[in-house]
Amino acid sequence: MHKRLMKGNDAAVYGALMGGCTHFFGYPITPASEIAQTASYYFRKTGRTYLQGESEVSVINMLYGASSGGARVMTASSGPGIALMAEGLSYLAGARLPAVVIDMQRAGPGLGNIWPEQGDYAMVVKGGGQGNYKNIVLAPASAQEMFDFTKQAFTLAERYRMTVFILGDAYLGQVMESVEISGELEQSERKDWALYGDKESRRNLITSIYMSPSDMEAHNELLQRQYAKVEREIVDYSETDTDDASLIFITYGIVSRICHGAVKRLRELGLKVGMLRLKTLFPFPKERLKELARKKITFVAVELSNGQMAEDVRLSVDGLTKVLSFNRMGGEVMKSQDLVAFATEYLKG
Amino acid sequence: MEQIKTSDVLYEEFFRKDGDKKITHYCPGCGHGTIQKMIAQAIEDLGIQDRVVFLSPVGCSVFSYYYFDTGNIQCSHGRAPAVGTAFKRVHEDSIVISYQGDGDLAGIGTAEIIHAANRGENMSVFFINNATYGMTGGQMAPTTLLEEKTLTSPFGRDRKRDGAPIKMAEMIATLDEPVLVSRVAVSSTKEMLKTKKMIYKALKNQVDNLGFSFVEILSACPTSWHVSPVEARVHIDETLSTVFPLGTFVDKADTVLPYGPSLFPFLSGEDFLVAIVEGGELAECEQAPLKDELAIMVAGFGGQGVLSGGVSLANAAIAHQLQVSWLPSYGPEMRGGKASVTVVMSPDEVSSPLAEDIDCLIALNSPSLTAYEHMVKPSGTILVNSSLIDHEPERDDVTVHHVPASDLAKEAGLPQATALVMISAYIHYSQVLTIDSLIESLHLGLKKKSLIGKNRELILKTVEILVSK
Ligand SMILES: Cc1ncc(C[n+]2csc(CCOP(=O)(O)OP(=O)(O)O)c2C)c(N)n1
Ligand code: SF4
Repeated sequence: MHKRLMKGNDAAVYGALMGGCTHFFGYPITPASEIAQTASYYFRKTGRTYLQGESEVSVINMLYGASSGGARVMTASSGPGIALMAEGLSYLAGARLPAVVIDMQRAGPGLGNIWPEQGDYAMVVKGGGQGNYKNIVLAPASAQEMFDFTKQAFTLAERYRMTVFILGDAYLGQVMESVEISGELEQSERKDWALYGDKESRRNLITSIYMSPSDMEAHNELLQRQYAKVEREIVDYSETDTDDASLIFITYGIVSRICHGAVKRLRELGLKVGMLRLKTLFPFPKERLKELARKKITFVAVELSNGQMAEDVRLSVDGLTKVLSFNRMGGEVMKSQDLVAFATEYLKG
Repeated sequence: MEQIKTSDVLYEEFFRKDGDKKITHYCPGCGHGTIQKMIAQAIEDLGIQDRVVFLSPVGCSVFSYYYFDTGNIQCSHGRAPAVGTAFKRVHEDSIVISYQGDGDLAGIGTAEIIHAANRGENMSVFFINNATYGMTGGQMAPTTLLEEKTLTSPFGRDRKRDGAPIKMAEMIATLDEPVLVSRVAVSSTKEMLKTKKMIYKALKNQVDNLGFSFVEILSACPTSWHVSPVEARVHIDETLSTVFPLGTFVDKADTVLPYGPSLFPFLSGEDFLVAIVEGGELAECEQAPLKDELAIMVAGFGGQGVLSGGVSLANAAIAHQLQVSWLPSYGPEMRGGKASVTVVMSPDEVSSPLAEDIDCLIALNSPSLTAYEHMVKPSGTILVNSSLIDHEPERDDVTVHHVPASDLAKEAGLPQATALVMISAYIHYSQVLTIDSLIESLHLGLKKKSLIGKNRELILKTVEILVSK
C-alpha cells in the first residue's frame, strides 16, 4: 500500500492503471486535461498506450476499436467533449463494448466556463446518444474515490459490457487529498466475444446493426435486462443522520462534501437533518428513496444544475413526499452556511 | 467478373444475411462486389485470413461482414480509421482493413482519415469512390462531378455553391507519413489487373510493418448513376478518371524502415509499482493533537511558492496522521498572477475542501491580506509577510504575527520559498504539526530535489529567529 497526496485528476490515472487499463485515448479540455497529461506519462512509462486523438469524436471511436480488441480502455473529457462523443457512446452500448469515460464537468451551456457544475447529469445519466441505452454512472466525492471508483469502473464495465462513467467536476479534479494506492493490479482476461486477430476469434463480429425490427427489438430487450440487472446489483449510496431526520439533503459529488458540513452544523443546532449521498447515479437508489419518502421526510435535492438530479428524485418518490431543490449554476457553488440557513428556515418556519 | 476467382476468405453461404444466402446484397454491376473479391483473394494469397480484422463502414458496404470470413467490426459513419488505429495498437500483429465509401471517408470522416494517414498508422485503407451516396439513395457526395444531377443536387452540382469534387488521394499524398497512395479503377480488364496488384501491395505493406497504405478505387454505382453496368464502367474510364486521374502518388515501400518494438516494455508486479509511485516515501510522525477541522489559507502571488508550500504543509499533516485537502485558486484567477491555496486538516474525514471560513490566513502580500482577512474566524490567526506588507490587518479579534518572509527567503537565495518560511512560522506558532515533519516532507513537494538541503536550512533559520524573538 502506498499513500500519496495527489489531485483527483491524477488519482483517476492511478486508479485506471491499477484497474488494468492499458489504453488511454485523450483530447485536451479543461478541467480534465491533467488526466490526459498524467496518463500520457505513466501509461507510456509502464508500456501501456496513450494516444491523443484529433477530436473527441475520434477518441470515442478509438475506445470502440480498442475495446473490440478486448483491451481495458478509457478517456477523460468535459461537457463539450462528452457531447461530441454521444454517437460513439451509443455505438459502444449497441455493440456491448466495455469502456470507461470520465467527465470532469465544467459550467455550460456552450463554451460556458471552466468552473465546476453538474449540468451534464442528464446527458450522462440518461445516455446522451441515440437509442434506448444507459451508462453506469459513478459519482466520486474525493480524490480517494477518484482512484477507487475509476479502478472499480473497469471491472464493472467488463462485467456488464457497458460504458462506465465517472462523473466528477472541476473541483474534484483540482483538490489534492491523500490517496491510498491499494489493491492488486488488475488484468483483463481473454473474452469470448472480442477480436484478437487470430483463428479462435476470427468469426466474432462487433456490431450494433440488426436489420430486422424483431432482431433489433430483441437486442434492445437484452440491453434492458442487463440494465435491470445493474439496478439490482450495484446501486450504491451512503447516509448520514437519516434515522431520525425530518429533512434530508439528497446530493452527490463535491456537493455532498458541502452538505456534510451543513448537516454537522445543523445537528449542533439541534435540528434533525440528514443526508443521502448517491455514489451511483445510474443505477439510482430508487427503492431506498421511496422507503425514506414513506416516512414523510422532506427531501432537498442539492446540486450544481437546474435540478436535473431532482427530477430523478421526484420520479423515485412518486409523490410520496415533498422534494425541494437547492441549485447553483454557472460555476457558483453553494456554501454550507446557505444550506444551514435554508434548512433552519424550513424547519422552524 | 469471371477472371476473379472466389476466394475461401469469403463465406460460401452468407449465414448472417437475411433472404438468399447465396447472392450478395449489392446491385448488379456494383463495384463493391468486385473489389471485395479482389481483397479476399489478396488475403488468401498472403495467408493472413486469421489475422485480418475488416472494418465495415456505414454505406452500401456496411454488410461486408456477411461475406468476409475474417474478424469484423462495424464502425460508425466515417470513423473507421480511428477504430482501426486503436485496434492496431491493441493487436499489433493483426491486419486492419479500413474499407470506406466517399461519403464516409471524404465527407463525414475527413478528420479521421487525414490524421490516421498523418500518424502513419500501419493499416490498409481502401477508399471506394463511386461519386455518390449509394446507401442513402444517391445524394450528392463530396466527390460528385460538376453539373451532375443527384437527389440533393437536382439542378446539377454547382461549383460556386457546392465546391469541386474532392481529390482525396492527392490530399493524402501531401502528408509525410503514408507509404503508398494510389488511385486505380474497377473498369476495363487492364485497370482491374492494376487494381488487384495495388490491393495486394497495400496489404503486403501492412504485413511487412511498413505503415499506412491508401488505395482510392473508382467504382461503379449503376443504380445511383442510372445507367447499365456496362455503361457504368465506360463512364469510369471516360469521365470519372479524367476528373480523378489514375496513378500512384506515393510509393515508399522500398525505402521506409519497418516498425520496431516499443521503447517501453510492459511493466507489471513490483516494477510497475516502482514506476508509478515516484518521489519517495511519506514521513511518519505521531498523531497530531487535533480535535476539529483546521483550515489554513496561503495567499500571495506567483513565484512565492504558494502551491508547493501548501503541498509541504499538507504532507506534514499527513505525516502526523491527519486527513487533508489542498485546493488551489483555480483557472483564470491564476492567470492574473495571484496564487492561493487552502489546506484543511482534520483528525477524520475532511468535510469540505471549500473552506468557507479559515482558522489561519497566511498573507504573503498586501492584496491577499485585504482580500481574505474577513474569512478568518474570530480568535483565528493572521500571519503577515512583513517584508511586503506595511499595514496592519483591520481585524482586531484575531492574533497577528509578523514574519519578514520575503527577506529571509531572498537572503537564502530562495525567493520561491517565501510561502515555506511563513508555513514554518505557522507550525512554530500553532504547535499542531512539527518542524521535523515539514522538513521530512520537503522531498514530496519540491520539483528540484537538489534544493531540499537549502530549503531545510531556511526552515531551521526561520524557527531560530522566531524563537529568539
Ligand atoms: C452520422 C450519420 N450520418 C448520416 C448517416 C446516413 N448515411 C448512411 S450511408 C451514408 C452515405 C454513404 O455513402 P458512401 O460513404 O459514399 O458509401 P456508398 O453507400 O456509396 O458505398 C449516409 C450519409 C449515418 N448512418 N450516420
Ligand atoms: S447503390 Fe450503388 S454502391 Fe450501393 S450496392 Fe447499389 S450499385 Fe453498389
